[in-house]
Amino acid sequence: MFATFYWNTWLAASLLALAAGSLGFFVILRRNAFAAHALPLAAFPGGALATFLGISPLLGLAGFALLGVLFLRLFSRQGRRDVAIGLLLSSFLALGGLLLSLGREYAARVYGLLFGEAWAIPAQSLQPLAVLCVLLLLLLLWQFRPLLLQSSSPALASAAAIPMDRMDWFFLLLLAIVCAAAVPLVGTLLVFTLLVSPAAAAQRLLARPLAAWLLSMLLAEILVWSALALSYWSNWPLGFFIGTLGAGLFLSSRRW
Amino acid sequence: MTDPLHLLTFWQNEAVRTALWIGAVAALLNAVVGVFTVLRHHGFAGHALGDSSSAGGSLSIFLGIGSLWGFLGMAWIAALVMGWLGLGRAQSRDLSTGVVLGATLGVSALFLYFDVTVTQYSGATVDVMFGSLFAVAPKLLLPIFLTVFLAIALVLIFYRQLLLIAADPQLAQASGVPVRRLELLYLLLLGTAAALSALSIGVILATALLLGPAAAALRLARRPWQCFLYAFLIALGSVWLGIYLAFASYYYNQGTSWPVSFFVVVLLLLAYLTSLYWRPRPVRSS
Repeated sequence: MFATFYWNTWLAASLLALAAGSLGFFVILRRNAFAAHALPLAAFPGGALATFLGISPLLGLAGFALLGVLFLRLFSRQGRRDVAIGLLLSSFLALGGLLLSLGREYAARVYGLLFGEAWAIPAQSLQPLAVLCVLLLLLLLWQFRPLLLQSSSPALASAAAIPMDRMDWFFLLLLAIVCAAAVPLVGTLLVFTLLVSPAAAAQRLLARPLAAWLLSMLLAEILVWSALALSYWSNWPLGFFIGTLGAGLFLSSRRW
Repeated sequence: MTDPLHLLTFWQNEAVRTALWIGAVAALLNAVVGVFTVLRHHGFAGHALGDSSSAGGSLSIFLGIGSLWGFLGMAWIAALVMGWLGLGRAQSRDLSTGVVLGATLGVSALFLYFDVTVTQYSGATVDVMFGSLFAVAPKLLLPIFLTVFLAIALVLIFYRQLLLIAADPQLAQASGVPVRRLELLYLLLLGTAAALSALSIGVILATALLLGPAAAALRLARRPWQCFLYAFLIALGSVWLGIYLAFASYYYNQGTSWPVSFFVVVLLLLAYLTSLYWRPRPVRSS
């Protein structure tokens, strides 16, 4: 299980869990679970386009995640946010489906993009992933206090002259970074669980923000590591264990 | 005889006729349920139920049972779990929806993997996630019709109460409406709508059919009943035109047709965009 061949997967997953756990804390605080679900899906056509053109998948994923952010901001200013998110994810996925159907290796790529290919992470994709995760953590630490204030109490934040709009952009941008980094590993559909369940459980268990934030990262690591181990032993897909263990984690924190 | 728009071949095609019928009833149910969903800010729940039903779809391929019951059954289970976890306050609604969504996505990852590896059916992922109206078996028409008929009948019976709950839950509670029971009914209806569109136009596009027409109609209509009518017309128009465009694309692309779902979603998006700029008004209620 710890053979050098799988070393990349473990390292990538650990980095990703750190990033997702820390940002997930803010996703829960801002009640943005739907956006956290939709943005990875918005990155989906990027992965499809990259396959089609033969460029680096990360480039395509990041590009489309950013497009998704743009779409979301434009639409939610005009109309309702949940409608905007719903239409965003449907239209981007439809575009991805179209692009994949134009290419050749349709079926296999769809599963990989949607549910991840954790055990097939090549060494050269590790470096950009590490860069993205470190970048995310640095950005988050840089704006930690204003973002925390703006997420937990918008009224207080505007009293403290924190620009609401800019903070929303900033948060969505961070979300786009996590999506681009996470899709190759866990796929577009399950990035979401990684973002939401550890953070939701952590906030239920601990009231103090900093402690809950740290716990959220720790729980994300535990979730990813146990899912990887189970997936290795059972030979079942990683996504299944991330999804079900994540739900179990949240439910048990509710019972606590 | 010349047929530049391929209309004759379009009408004569058996798969197309089935697709038009299924599309029409899916549009009807989604438009009606969608209005309540958009009114209540339950877009995420609606989307999650569609995604959840995909776990049932993948399971039914694995077990070899009818896909309709797989989709519907899983959507109903997910709806009941969501109702049990509570959709009341915005915070807990977001989380309970997310948890159900995460768990069911994990389950569909597993069953799709089994479908591909055990039954050697590599198209399972595409079929379940993206769906194709042209691939719906004609023998599903009758059960789908009956389900939609039942669902619409239930909406009509409880129309006033459901609308009151959507507009003002506290007022509904105070005036003696059985809110909890109707809440569950509404979730089951939402699950039914999501499952039917997941089955016909694909899981990922179900959300657009549920939210797009209803949101557009809510911006255009002046009275409650107009919402339902406009939503239905927009949904029906998009689905039918999408079917036609997908059919015609076969001829314009030298024998490879573009997915139906792509056209339907683009049309739904255009309809919503038009409604935004038709009567722009600041909405401060989100």
